[in-house]
Amino acid sequence: MTAAVRRSAWPLLVAALLSACGSRHEETPRRAPSEPVVITGAGQQIDAIRRGVPIDREATPPLMARVENFDQRRPVNYEMQPPTIPHAIDNYQLTVNTNRCMLCHTASNAARFQAPPVSEAHYLTRDGAVLEQISPRRYFCVQCHVVQTDAPQLVPNGFRGLETATGETMK
Amino acid sequence: MSTTRRDFIRASAVGAAASVAGMPVRQGIAAPAAIAPPGDVKWSKAPCRFCGTGCGVSVGVQDGRVVATLGDPEAEVNRGLNCVKGYFLSKILYGGDRLTTPLLRKKDGQYSKDGDFEPVSWDEAFDVMTAQFKRVLKDKGGTGIGMAGSGQWTVWEGYAASKLMKAGFRSNHIDPNARHCMASAVTGFMRTFGMDEPMGCYDDFEAADAFVLWGSNMAEMHPILWTRLTDRRLSNPHVRVAVLSTFEHRSFDLADIPIIFKPQTDLVILNYIANHIIQEGKVNTDFVGKHVNFKQGNDDIGYGLRPDHPLEVKAKNARDPSGGRPISFEEFAAFVEPYTLDHAAEMSGVERGFLRRLADLYADPKTKVMSLWTMGFNQHTRGTWANNMVYNIHLLTGKIATPGNSPFSLTGQPSACGTAREVGTFSHRLPADLLVENPEHRKHAEEIWKIPNGVIVGKPGYHIVEQNRMLKDGKLNAYWVMANNNMQAAANLYGEGYPGYRNPDNFIVVSDPYPTVTAQAADLILPTAMWVEKEGAYGNAERRTQFWHQLVSAPGEARSDLWQLMEFSKRFTTDECWPAALLEANPAFKGKTLFQVLFANGNVDRFPPSDIEPGFANDEAQAFGFYPQKGLFEEYAVFGRGHGHDLAPFDDYHRARGLRWPVVNGQETRWRYREGTDPYVAPGADFQFYGNKDGRAVIWALPYEPPAESPDEDFDMWLVTGRVLEHWHSGSMTMRVPELYKAFPAAVVFMHPDDARARGLKRGDEVKVISRRGEMRSRVETRGRNRMPVGLVFVPWFDAGQLINKTTLDATCPISKQTDFKKCAVKVVMA
Repeated sequence: MTAAVRRSAWPLLVAALLSACGSRHEETPRRAPSEPVVITGAGQQIDAIRRGVPIDREATPPLMARVENFDQRRPVNYEMQPPTIPHAIDNYQLTVNTNRCMLCHTASNAARFQAPPVSEAHYLTRDGAVLEQISPRRYFCVQCHVVQTDAPQLVPNGFRGLETATGETMK
Repeated sequence: MSTTRRDFIRASAVGAAASVAGMPVRQGIAAPAAIAPPGDVKWSKAPCRFCGTGCGVSVGVQDGRVVATLGDPEAEVNRGLNCVKGYFLSKILYGGDRLTTPLLRKKDGQYSKDGDFEPVSWDEAFDVMTAQFKRVLKDKGGTGIGMAGSGQWTVWEGYAASKLMKAGFRSNHIDPNARHCMASAVTGFMRTFGMDEPMGCYDDFEAADAFVLWGSNMAEMHPILWTRLTDRRLSNPHVRVAVLSTFEHRSFDLADIPIIFKPQTDLVILNYIANHIIQEGKVNTDFVGKHVNFKQGNDDIGYGLRPDHPLEVKAKNARDPSGGRPISFEEFAAFVEPYTLDHAAEMSGVERGFLRRLADLYADPKTKVMSLWTMGFNQHTRGTWANNMVYNIHLLTGKIATPGNSPFSLTGQPSACGTAREVGTFSHRLPADLLVENPEHRKHAEEIWKIPNGVIVGKPGYHIVEQNRMLKDGKLNAYWVMANNNMQAAANLYGEGYPGYRNPDNFIVVSDPYPTVTAQAADLILPTAMWVEKEGAYGNAERRTQFWHQLVSAPGEARSDLWQLMEFSKRFTTDECWPAALLEANPAFKGKTLFQVLFANGNVDRFPPSDIEPGFANDEAQAFGFYPQKGLFEEYAVFGRGHGHDLAPFDDYHRARGLRWPVVNGQETRWRYREGTDPYVAPGADFQFYGNKDGRAVIWALPYEPPAESPDEDFDMWLVTGRVLEHWHSGSMTMRVPELYKAFPAAVVFMHPDDARARGLKRGDEVKVISRRGEMRSRVETRGRNRMPVGLVFVPWFDAGQLINKTTLDATCPISKQTDFKKCAVKVVMA
């Protein structure tokens, strides 16, 4: 039985060598792969995002981070950088018919809800016309504005923002 | 109180949305003034570093550092907008762990595979690397050398790498990570049109009446194109949006026709639509008669696994997956006839009404349809078929190559088109769609490259999935990974990738700006300049080629990929790399370095550094004494000019916000294959699909076939992997940007609450995701931006801390060799 199977498999194998791209390189029978060389030395786990865990190990993932919900506006690095959202947006509806964000952030309501109004650029169309309501190209707010969680940063960032006319650096 | 408040919210928000369509103009507000550069900030243009959309950004530089990036108002693609990643783009250069010196694994002062990383000089790094590559050359020749490249390489880096590998080392084992994202799109284009890349362009967004997202989540993955689609939908109430996916995501917020289908049954839905068009008498017979051929493709083609895998042994056409035979329209109609509405509804699990409305979008001759897809189609064991099948329905109705009628393949990487595809960095390709298997094509390339006939090997090399297998099997021994993170990105990490990199026979070099998972697995790490630290060019999804200047210096001793490739080539001679007989016949090439024959060849070194636009640095020109970017580009452009891939002169691109090829007589081309908009179409032809010799596109009869692996008793859930808005691909850049990291700091397992409950799990619990190939640990998410159907989990792959590719299956489309990251079977258990 085994011999028969093996014999009938040969023409297939030969055909495989001659045609399909994926198999044509199998010129010689595959040998058992060598044992991987271990690289788990202490202090040698260089990808900070792995939090010191070697590639071939699994560790407990960090606890689920919580969205910061303090309504404290965070500074931006430069003009026209979208501010991050300083509150939770769970269950905010953002569909064709409903835009929960614009309830508070539309220019006419902002003062009433003590929310920063969206900038004037948000009322411009792709062709530069000015609209009464938010431009449809800016409709889905979360493409640019994101919440921030309390996850501890794994890698510092050395970016320095624009130096302003007064010599201050925007962080 | 709360009721009142909720009612108010609803009323006012509906009002806000409704009046969007009306667009009354508010008086008295001027457009924002042009950005006033404070102090000595210099603003320059560059394309974004991330996805294939190709947004333009204005880069502000002050005191040698990038201090701001803004949406470029003059860029046609995005007109001043960026997505959240783009707005924080400037920070990707400044992650605290940028690599600034080469790192080599050493023990007792010597290179050792099991050593620890130690900083070394470039000289020592290249000395060790050269010795290792020469060991392999001597032992096996070029076939022992491989390279994993990138859709993030600049045009000239991909071109230089391709030359070094295919002409220098005589190895075709070079393949880009774009294999994981674009290969099915490429083979789809080639099989249907005989020529790669979309016929339409982004202008279609402002012209279409309907949009159909086939497995694409543009709201998160192509946000700026999503703004154009949203703009069109909300500004024009007649426009309809259909969104198809295996789970509900953010793009469904705009869906008029929301469709959740069972994995793999997109093939059934596609054939149902073709059948519907025929049954309803909506075939554009004039168009089909003049411009289309019909073929039936081979079926039962296997799953791109190792050839000895039972699924491959059993597959009838595993050895000829792309074959087919001509058929008639009537035969095609009979082929798709069984794909009825009932059959499609039963197979896909989709309501009949939604399927019917979807099919009518295509069938109605008055509705201009733009179909959009990315990984849902491309990462599919029948990915090439899915691409062919969506072209089928556009061709049957003649809805193609005219404004708004546009089957459009989106790309994930900034230069998947411009570099990976057009430059020919695939293991089977040469520039401008030429093939290594074709002797005429090889000869043509050798002539342009001014090297002897016979240098380029005629056999396709290992594709990137196969490269990991061959590293493990010890057939590929010297391996250079550039501008990708394939240890994290490739499927089946435990089974193929990791044992391949750590095989004691192999020497693995990784060039990257950051210490990635892939770098961690390497033996030598080379610190790399990124984005505006070098002069560059990318090509986006709409054939737009965009240039940028070097704007800042790279940190420490980081060097660009281009410098690394060219400098390394100086260390090898033709005698070490080419057969003696070839050199005997071409004695002028004897004893020359690869640098001399590939880069100091009279083409690449033709332009002096004085050609560089004043005011911009160019570290490579300074190092080599000529303007290599210009020389490489102009040599490369020879391949395409006059052949439908025409690129403009080099300097034009530094002035323009990108140009869409073919650029003929200074004019870019927006719609190809259509008379009047494409200069290559003959007068009177109306349409001409000139990639095929007879000018006709091909409609392919292809069936539904099951996935390589489906859930069963032991592994009872579908696993889909993918991305999130805030992170780009493997996260090596975006995880180092504080705002992006804190927005989405770790991968989670998106799961239906009922599935969680059935396993005794609740949101936030630690779980193991286990497949036949491995396991990873994560946490359960039952809320958030995705709503999962029962029986299917989604895990994003950006998080190096949670390597989901330990569980995925390395099954590919047998034609394109692109991995299916959207379908394998796992179980999820409490950790």
